[in-house]
Amino acid sequence: MVRITRAIEFSASLRYRLPGISEAENRRRFGARAARHGHNYRLEVTLRGEPDPVTGMVMDLKDLQEVLDREIMQRFDHRDLNDDTPFFEKLPPTPENLVRRIRELLAPALPEGMLDRLRLQQDADLWVELVEAEGRP
Amino acid sequence: MIRVTRRYHFPAAHVLRHPSFSDAENERVYGKCANPAGHGHNYGVEVTVAGPVDEGSGRVVDPDALDAIVSRRVIARFSHRLLNEDAAFARLVPTAENLARVVHDELLAPISRLGAARLARVRVLETRKNSFAYGDPE
Repeated sequence: MVRITRAIEFSASLRYRLPGISEAENRRRFGARAARHGHNYRLEVTLRGEPDPVTGMVMDLKDLQEVLDREIMQRFDHRDLNDDTPFFEKLPPTPENLVRRIRELLAPALPEGMLDRLRLQQDADLWVELVEAEGRP
Repeated sequence: MIRVTRRYHFPAAHVLRHPSFSDAENERVYGKCANPAGHGHNYGVEVTVAGPVDEGSGRVVDPDALDAIVSRRVIARFSHRLLNEDAAFARLVPTAENLARVVHDELLAPISRLGAARLARVRVLETRKNSFAYGDPE
């Protein structure tokens, strides 16, 4: 079994916002993160599998990049996570919530059982990891 | 379960010498790190916390609460200090391995009091070439 990792980087704006509460309450709850800000995200996608005996590849990186472009880059790069995606109307776009949405987008788009882990880095000093073998997030 | 890692930084000095070794033994074991006058590093500390996502906050751990704990218990204690003078290293050589364990043990209880998340790993980055992890494997 071999693990392969492909990284992509996307830039997005966001603010932590819950529906049904006032702006002041939202600000009290989330502090500076309630204001619109942005990050250069780095996503590392790790797959696991046996290399194909002929090609020597677990998955063709061109095919993986196509999935990442379609499912992640087109949705999130230079977009606003709150206004340009349907995922954060009821949830704050914390890195934990974002990596869970990314998993829901990627798992069905990748070959069955191949996703091993996702690592989403928000900035140099904060990242989250979701490991498939560690159970439902 | 999701793991969240936050990285912190502090500069500190240390001297690697074992009190029961001779000068020659200390120099043989610890090399240039045994210089009695000391030397220093820009330490990095990666704190990894693992647990379920709280659906109300969207968080495994409140990052501001985690920052406050690490700031009080690690940064304030070790930043701009000589590690050898800290009580934890009164009888322990302040290698980065030992620093990783000291930091882990210092953070374990206060992080567990924050909620459902637990401290999974502490990694000390001593230079850009060396790192030392204590806790869960990758």
